[in-house]
Amino acid sequence: MPKVTVDGLEIEVPAGATVLQACEMAGKEIPRFCYHERLSIAGNCRMCLVEIAPGPPKPQASCALPATEGQIIRTDTPMVKKAREGVMEFLLINHPLDCPICDQGGECDLQDQSVAYGRGASRFEENKRAVTEKYMGPLVKTAMTRCIQCTRCVRFAEEVAGIEEVGAIGRGENMQITTYLEHAMQSELSGNVVDLCPVGALTSKPYAFEARPWELKKTPSIDVMDAVGTNIRLDSRGRAVLRALPRINDDVNEEWASDKTRHAVDGLTHRRLDKPYIRKDGKLVAASWVEAFDAIKAHWTGEAAVLAGDQVDCETMFAARALAGASMLEGRQTGLAYDTSSLSAVNFNTTIAGVENADVILLVGSDLRREAPLVNTRIQKAIRKRGAKVFAIGPVTDLTYKVEWLGDDLNALTKAPKALTEALKNAERPAIIVGGGALRYAGVHGAALAFAKKFKLVRDGWNGFNVLHFAAARMGGLMLGYAHDGGIKKLAAASPKLAFFLGADEVDYSLFSNTFKVYVGHHGDNGAHHADVILPGAAYSEKSGTYVNLEGRVQRGERAVFPPGDAREDWAIFRALSDALGKRLPFDSVDALRGEMAKAVPALGVEGLANYGWNEPSLSAEVNGKIADYPIKDFYLTNAICRASETMQKCSSELVHGTQVLEAAE
Amino acid sequence: MTSIAQLIKTFTLWEFVKAHWLTLQYFFKPKATINYPFEKNPLSPRFRGEHALRRYPNGEERCIACKLCEAVCPALAITIESEPRDDGSRRTTRYDIDMTKCIYCGFCQEACPVDAIVEGPNFEFATETREELLYDKAKLLDNGAKWERAIAANLAADAPYR
Repeated sequence: MPKVTVDGLEIEVPAGATVLQACEMAGKEIPRFCYHERLSIAGNCRMCLVEIAPGPPKPQASCALPATEGQIIRTDTPMVKKAREGVMEFLLINHPLDCPICDQGGECDLQDQSVAYGRGASRFEENKRAVTEKYMGPLVKTAMTRCIQCTRCVRFAEEVAGIEEVGAIGRGENMQITTYLEHAMQSELSGNVVDLCPVGALTSKPYAFEARPWELKKTPSIDVMDAVGTNIRLDSRGRAVLRALPRINDDVNEEWASDKTRHAVDGLTHRRLDKPYIRKDGKLVAASWVEAFDAIKAHWTGEAAVLAGDQVDCETMFAARALAGASMLEGRQTGLAYDTSSLSAVNFNTTIAGVENADVILLVGSDLRREAPLVNTRIQKAIRKRGAKVFAIGPVTDLTYKVEWLGDDLNALTKAPKALTEALKNAERPAIIVGGGALRYAGVHGAALAFAKKFKLVRDGWNGFNVLHFAAARMGGLMLGYAHDGGIKKLAAASPKLAFFLGADEVDYSLFSNTFKVYVGHHGDNGAHHADVILPGAAYSEKSGTYVNLEGRVQRGERAVFPPGDAREDWAIFRALSDALGKRLPFDSVDALRGEMAKAVPALGVEGLANYGWNEPSLSAEVNGKIADYPIKDFYLTNAICRASETMQKCSSELVHGTQVLEAAE
Repeated sequence: MTSIAQLIKTFTLWEFVKAHWLTLQYFFKPKATINYPFEKNPLSPRFRGEHALRRYPNGEERCIACKLCEAVCPALAITIESEPRDDGSRRTTRYDIDMTKCIYCGFCQEACPVDAIVEGPNFEFATETREELLYDKAKLLDNGAKWERAIAANLAADAPYR
């Protein structure tokens, strides 16, 4: 632990820290452009200059210099200030003065730092450099003349996203950042380069010219596009959410967000259900709330089935359960019927942050890159930082890192190939990740548990058994008992008279031909097409909800905007319906509902990791057959919000189906 | 002594004579009032009157939707919405000024980087209804077309002092 002195303040810093980090620990702000906590050090912007003794009598770049014992660091001398002003003047030589039309304006590092270190006017009288625009796909808009060559985007693409498609060509003033052959970035995380870019060279294309940062209302929320539970900030103006940005949470998403999380928000204003509908003579007709409630009352027998979709919050599921009873609940829309007697056996026990420390990882039928892109980055990190080895059972797919494919035969679980057993023998922190989609094959769950037992994946201080879900509502649903024995098929076989579908759009509705179907949701998608009564609900941005992510982390998001038209928050719909059905629910506010919910399931009352303990159900380990495919065929169109989003449709047609979209000339 | 002078003044109606003399003087002097609306006072080039959105000589709108006027407006009178135009340039789809909120401080024209929004020399825009004072983009551009010559001359006259 070296001791350094920063501006007369002596502090102790951890071994291996840089001078810049030491300054930050001492509470000194160091200006920087190229340095980023989560990327490797480049040291090419030279903005972080400080004066250091002992050393040469010149300013030094603090980001790339290790802090050593006895260093005396000065960040406030005239020499430092002059040096930084010099660097700033050089950076501004080629930076265009187009802040008024730049989308970064108001949240631009260069703008902010030029206030502190910039001159009032330029002394540069020669011509400025101009760079042709580069094409980076449907999500990233480029204005490369503004680029200051910090190479953050290049390092992000290589180190975090794992695609080596972004790079710099040319040298000196002619250096340009571009994608390989100017193709779109083939990554689920490409939107993050927009946040990383300290200037306006890379900006968000769907959000182009829409709003300025100072006119937006910022609401902390939780993402529901996948089961990672990305912490996001919804930026809204008026009644529309204009963009979603990641919030920093080192346990979940670090500071990244997938493209779906970021850019599906425009789907929140399209194809919305904004009034109740009743099916009359085979056609859905707009109705009032009272008429809709009366139609439901005609089929009410005191009990009903509830099928939860992938994006439902716990409050909605709890309110529905309180009204409809707990005997016919199901959340696994696609017909999965795995055993849920032990929640720890269907949980991501290693935790998202923990999987970084694994040294041998076996993936079973899990296309991580599409199912949970942010878990994929953690594995990428485990490989880069700790040399982890990754094996996988399933059809070969590009996961952005080196994977040893063991074929798609599930027998590899019971009779592990030699390469895998060898690796596991020496592994200190081995982990298995069973894809939520692989659980549809009989015996996989049991075989994976047996595998974990055989190779001692669960040991002191380490639990290497993971199931990777990809529905935001899954773990919360399982905690609330949304799992019918035998799955959705068996539930349908009991032919309930009345069923509530909570935003359930992937259900096979032909199973419920004799059931009166009430759809409570926000988008006119598959579920609404088959419903007998539609009750318009709120999307995730329009209600404050509790979500449990794939590792069992209970998180809460707040309401950013109000639901459109007659739509109401889902729990309030059930509360109102309960009055109409003569079974009044005992809560009149979200807080009261949460209190009831915490009484029923105490873990849902506390934010943070829920403790499921570790107990294995005894399941048959017999497994046969092959993993035919992965459940997510089109990453950009996995739910109703995405399907309603123009941006996601564009991404899907261009990045998944490969059609080139002609862009208007800029 | 004073009482005698006072007595003389009283009996000669001196104050009256003095007042009539003053009136008579003004009768022959030029008038300070003007015959508004047929006559008008000269205005400073910096006069802050009715708003206008200007165009470039080639007909292109000046406004680039940077929203600095909206941000600086202390009365929150300006509302702007923008999106990329078909040619990819940054333009407003909506530019509203609520003239009933406006306090004519001139911050908007100070903030404008392209001299698009200006307060022109017109102050005669009283209306019969409130609604007519809620200006939209078309009205403001129309103002710009109407007053461009006067506005350009004012800006040129004020330029040496900026």
